[in-house]
Amino acid sequence: MHMADALLAPAVAATMYVASASAAGVSIHQLKKDDEPQKLPVMAVTSALVFAGQMINYTIPGTGSSGHMCGGMMLSALLGPYAGFLSMIVILAIQCLFFADGGLMALGANCWNMAFYGCFVGYFLIWRPIMNGKWFGEGKSAERGRIIAASIIGCIITLQLGAFSVVLETSLSGITELPFGAFCALMQPIHLAIGLVEGLITAAVLVFVYNSRPELLQGVDLSGEGEPKRSLKSVVTILAIVALVVGGGLSLLASSNPDGLEWALFGNEDGGYSTNMGLDEENFGVSSGAADTAGSIQEKTSFLPDYAFPGSESPAGTTVSGIVGSAIVAGVAILICFIGGFFRKRKTQTE
Amino acid sequence: MNKMQKALHELSEMDELAARQSPIHSLHPAAKLITTIVYILITLSFDKYDLSGLVPMVLWPVIMFQVSGVDVHTCFYKLRIVLPLVMAVGLFNPFFDKEIMVTIGGVGISGGVISMITLMLKGVFCLMMSFLLMATTKIDSLCAALRKLHVPAMLVSLLQLTYRYVGVMTEELAVMTEAYSLRAPGQKGIHVSAWGSFLGQLLLRSMDRAQELFSSMMLRGYHEHFHYADIRPFNIKDALFMGLCIAFFFLLRYADIAQLIGGLFVR
Repeated sequence: MHMADALLAPAVAATMYVASASAAGVSIHQLKKDDEPQKLPVMAVTSALVFAGQMINYTIPGTGSSGHMCGGMMLSALLGPYAGFLSMIVILAIQCLFFADGGLMALGANCWNMAFYGCFVGYFLIWRPIMNGKWFGEGKSAERGRIIAASIIGCIITLQLGAFSVVLETSLSGITELPFGAFCALMQPIHLAIGLVEGLITAAVLVFVYNSRPELLQGVDLSGEGEPKRSLKSVVTILAIVALVVGGGLSLLASSNPDGLEWALFGNEDGGYSTNMGLDEENFGVSSGAADTAGSIQEKTSFLPDYAFPGSESPAGTTVSGIVGSAIVAGVAILICFIGGFFRKRKTQTE
Repeated sequence: MNKMQKALHELSEMDELAARQSPIHSLHPAAKLITTIVYILITLSFDKYDLSGLVPMVLWPVIMFQVSGVDVHTCFYKLRIVLPLVMAVGLFNPFFDKEIMVTIGGVGISGGVISMITLMLKGVFCLMMSFLLMATTKIDSLCAALRKLHVPAMLVSLLQLTYRYVGVMTEELAVMTEAYSLRAPGQKGIHVSAWGSFLGQLLLRSMDRAQELFSSMMLRGYHEHFHYADIRPFNIKDALFMGLCIAFFFLLRYADIAQLIGGLFVR
């Protein structure tokens, strides 16, 4: 889900930088208030571990393929949302700077798509409510069940939000001609499956940590020692089956309706669903005055019908001159390479 | 070589490149960082159909690669990560935008094809400049520059410390993965029965390692943030480099160099 620079317009990239920087500012402020200097090395070592852990292939039983983890939910469960968010920023920065995975200007958007949702939405709206709730009852096995449920639900929802943001940011940047609905229908089901696998991997690691050192996890109830142990395997199996059925079913449903969003909006008379949202596809969104104005602005700005140099009277002539000019520039670039190579060779010979 | 060993190789390659000597390496890291950001912003600001305007932007990375002596092949190897998503998005453009914009020798080229090529070139140019920044700047110098640019100390310290431990952790996991694969020949990845324990065990060890690291930092006098070895002050040479670069980028952006040069030959 790492976005490259080319997928963003400068305005969108800057907006996402501001949004991510604000979240980072709040995180830094909160961590300073907590005044826990020992947290820095823990954050660094855990980030480094998650960075390396993203490269591990996990075999998905019965499929012959393998999955990976992203780490946002895991970091927020281990370090808390604020430290987790900063750790994810650093992981994304290292991936971008040293491995070209994501662009320098797209870093703000990538932090938002992968770190903000995973750490803030994942922690405050999913992890904490589930861990503080009474799902599966009382005791250690119930706590394990809650960890598994929070990990799977958290990963699926945060990845869906992240994938939707990628679609939104790319569409707002005017990069792709792919209709918004079709782009969504391409991205969301894929990330549903990815989220499910990541959720299972995250759950497995966090349950292992809980069994060995429960105090390392955020928001976990440390009481409940000595109660009879219920089979963890059965909890994992039931949750995995439920998740697979729900996730797989939704994926199938989504892929059988590749234009799902448009289908939902405009209806499908052939299928007998003519009244979905009561919208008319032909006239949808065009009837208002504001839409007319926006449409005319878009018509003027988004197309360069003759691809001509401004002020030129002969579009054909300027097009050819543009091509010739580009070829000459390419030639000059190659020449620079030769000159550079020549001087370096001479320098090596004299040394 | 497994994935982690490849990553370690890439990291050490970047460190080696950054440790070389050249006029670009000797520039102040803040000047290089700002120049790179301006270049990327200007490159991204080109219209999706403005291919002839975008092409001359290649000149700057080409000059920089030549002056710094950095091998361009290493950079293009990294394109394998960037290009797939860019291509996945761009490849749809020819199908949705079929309006013919240019006709060359009777063959019509649609707006979708032009915008697809523009998108890919933008991806390649931005990657080239980001790669050049890291291939000519050590991470410590970059962190010091970020502090000078008032990026919060906590974030910069975290970046530096994480980078230090990325190598350690990746190496440890590479050994673990190798050992696992030798004991499970023919298996594609980690078996579901070891999903939790494989990374979990290393995670627990890492937490203990972090405590030891904190103790050693305190013993060495750590207080709130790291102290950086002095990078040289920002001098007139750096300011001149930055000013000329930015002026050149704006020239490339607002004067359609390709059209002007082409106009000299085609009437």
